[in-house]
Amino acid sequence: MKADTTIMRAMLAGAAILAGAGASAQELNLYTSREPGLVEPLLQAFTGDTGIKVNTVFLKDGLVERLASEGESSPADVLMAVDAGNLVDLVERGLTQPVESEILTAAIPENLRDPGNQWFPLSMRARVVYAAKDLELDSITYEDLADPEWKGRICIRSGQHPYNTALFSAFMTHHDAAATEEWLTGLKANLARKAGGGDRDGAKDILGGICDIAIANSYYVGLMRSGKGGDEQKAWGEAIKVILPTFEDGGTHVNISGAAVAKNAPNRDEAVKLLEFLVSDEAQKIYGEANYEYPVKAGAAIDPIIASFGELKVDPLPLTEIVKNRKQVSELVDRVGFDN
Amino acid sequence: MAWVTDRIRPARSLGFGAWAWIAASLLVAALVLVPVLALLWQAAQGSEGLWSHLARYVLPHALGQTAILMGGVGVLTAAIGTSAAWLVTAHDFPGRRVLEWALLLPLAVPTYIVAYAYLDLLHPLGPFQTLVRAALGHDSPRAFRLPDIRSMTGAILLLSLVLYPYVYLPTRAMFMTQAANLVEVARTLGTSRRQVFGRVALPLARPAIAVGVSLALMETLNDIGASEFLGVRSLTISVYTTWVTRSDLPGAAQISLAMLLLVVALVSLERWARRRQRYSVSGQRARSFAREPLGRGAGLAALALGFLPVFFGFLLPALYLAVEAWQRFQFAGLSDRLLAEARNSFVLSALATVAVLACGLVVAYAARVFPQRGMQLVHRAASIGYAMPGTILALGILIASAGLDRWIGQAAGALFGVDPGLVLIGSGLALGYAYLARFLAISIGSVEAGLTRIPRSYDQSARTLGQGVTGMLRHVHLPLSRPALAAAGLLVFVDCMKELPATLLLRPLNFETLATHLYGEAARGTYEEAAIAAWAIVLVGILPVILLARVGPGASRG
Repeated sequence: MKADTTIMRAMLAGAAILAGAGASAQELNLYTSREPGLVEPLLQAFTGDTGIKVNTVFLKDGLVERLASEGESSPADVLMAVDAGNLVDLVERGLTQPVESEILTAAIPENLRDPGNQWFPLSMRARVVYAAKDLELDSITYEDLADPEWKGRICIRSGQHPYNTALFSAFMTHHDAAATEEWLTGLKANLARKAGGGDRDGAKDILGGICDIAIANSYYVGLMRSGKGGDEQKAWGEAIKVILPTFEDGGTHVNISGAAVAKNAPNRDEAVKLLEFLVSDEAQKIYGEANYEYPVKAGAAIDPIIASFGELKVDPLPLTEIVKNRKQVSELVDRVGFDN
Repeated sequence: MAWVTDRIRPARSLGFGAWAWIAASLLVAALVLVPVLALLWQAAQGSEGLWSHLARYVLPHALGQTAILMGGVGVLTAAIGTSAAWLVTAHDFPGRRVLEWALLLPLAVPTYIVAYAYLDLLHPLGPFQTLVRAALGHDSPRAFRLPDIRSMTGAILLLSLVLYPYVYLPTRAMFMTQAANLVEVARTLGTSRRQVFGRVALPLARPAIAVGVSLALMETLNDIGASEFLGVRSLTISVYTTWVTRSDLPGAAQISLAMLLLVVALVSLERWARRRQRYSVSGQRARSFAREPLGRGAGLAALALGFLPVFFGFLLPALYLAVEAWQRFQFAGLSDRLLAEARNSFVLSALATVAVLACGLVVAYAARVFPQRGMQLVHRAASIGYAMPGTILALGILIASAGLDRWIGQAAGALFGVDPGLVLIGSGLALGYAYLARFLAISIGSVEAGLTRIPRSYDQSARTLGQGVTGMLRHVHLPLSRPALAAAGLLVFVDCMKELPATLLLRPLNFETLATHLYGEAARGTYEEAAIAAWAIVLVGILPVILLARVGPGASRG
């Protein structure tokens, strides 16, 4: 019996090591729905600076469920996500904890921040319009996109993708549900092909003669034009002109990538250190250089490719207001048969 | 025709061995049912207004699209799989032996990769349309382009070209081992060679075709990646949207369970339709087929025809991937993590395959030895995991594993004062569990198909000679069903390699496989960086296909 207990204890201890639950103080565990390729350069810099090792798991859509199921035993310390809606989901499920840090509040503008300090934006991307070069289009509003002038000329990914539901939610915050439904119907009628694929397909399809303009995120242009994706993509990137659209009574719609500290974080101090590192000049520079995102910190450098789009006038509506519409908008997308 | 249906009489008093088999079978079925029950519990949490929204705006379109997609893929995979199987079993022509295993190759390529490859190949900027434009003298895609492949037709064609081996594999085995005797008989009775196919072989192969088509259709139902690329809004996409975009897991679970009911109903209907038919053969040893030698021209035509699905389902996309991977390799070199990821994928899939095979054998064998109704139910229950979208099943496994982990944690705390953390999820055992729940149906189905080919009279002889249930398996059924086990192993292994949603959701920290790497790149749109990982999945997937060709059904019969 005694021997059994000893063996059992040894087995459990072994399992605990495998599970990473006994992580020493110089480690922290990151659950991220941002793709590993985007997060890695930042984590390497962080480990280089602080000596804290970061264990990662990339989870995409299941982040909330994994964390909620693991409950109090969860090894997660930091949660990283793209799209404000995803971060708000984490907060609404009670999976985060507030962080009071002057470093964070000083670095991040107020309209992008969560008033309860449950999550923090770290980088921005604008939802822009790619236009065929020969169109000689210089400016456009989001409202214009539903104008029959564009019939059969627009490419866009699925209306249910978070990048689009966030844009549509912003539209609804500026207008109302009825106007949004009408706008979505108009936009749908203007599509050159079924909504689908990715943002880069927009540029590719413009070059391929399928559409004249595409709605997509700003950083893809950096990835394409820089040549990091090879010569072929460079050609796609150079076939288009980027326009920063605005709402008629506002600015350009931006979304964020951000992070939060998990409610049951076993390494809370290290977790806060990582968040603070991510708004440092060093990290904000990586966001701009490696990912072609807009840094969230005022005054941080923007990559020249992204800067060439012109000055970004961020829409003043708070993100926390915009994301409140996301579920209703998702239903509107179904209603107008946007993806059908 | 009278089929010999000498069922073994249920033993009056079951020995300990027999009870052990029944208990093991029940345990396996329970393991599969737990995540489904977890989802039922989720679904019961309710989702306000979901169904009225769905019924009004989503279902009319999604149901129609799903029906067309499934109908199209069902007909095409049955046609391609069955005719390819007949071509290589009933005829002899140069290159037949290579074709026999080459026809399995599309199994190695995940559907989403094939979809992506074709999207690129057939894009107005891709090589095909560029050639066409050059031939017609147009210099810009704005002047001339072909219809977009992103359509329902495109989706049906692509999915069928990748999924037909699910039909080809069991149907060929059926033709080879079952049809031979009867074809000979039919021939002596004056049936022409052409008529044999329609009158004897095809009706005989019906259970195999049904199993194959239902596997292909469940793969179709599970697909999200290819549908997303090709712009098909199936029910599976609605489930995904309900869960991800509207954060409504109860709603997603409800739709998935409704889909599960639909699948179970369809499968039962097919079984009911052939309820009067029995397919076991008499005690005669199955003889190999007398193949019809084809003349030179006909032989070449047969080879070319049989080669078509291999070319479009495997060679063309694989070649494309190879070129992309090579370009990427020259541009950025080889990631040092790739080797570790390949090892993770291989070891994980291999271990899971062993477990899935063993459990499949337990359930299929127990259902054969104890053909009572109750055991048939256990057998159906154990197969249920394959019939619902993998994304949602993965969530069920997550809930079940996390619950089990909590329970282990509490027990460990109370008994030994140790906090073991998350034992199942943290160690990767939850992943194995997911593969088991998801792919057990493949293993049960293939093993069962192998067992039905062993005449019942063998069982009786073995029992008369004093073998118990376990001894009979070791000395009779296991040696005789080795080819079927090999086939099951191949299908399960390749599916584990390709599996994405559960792997993504349930893997421990710092653990990547080829599929999760591939997804990580694809999710941010950097497909080019994923090319090498995609190519590696295909390469590792080809290995067991070739292996199966050596040990698989009929391989030794030439």
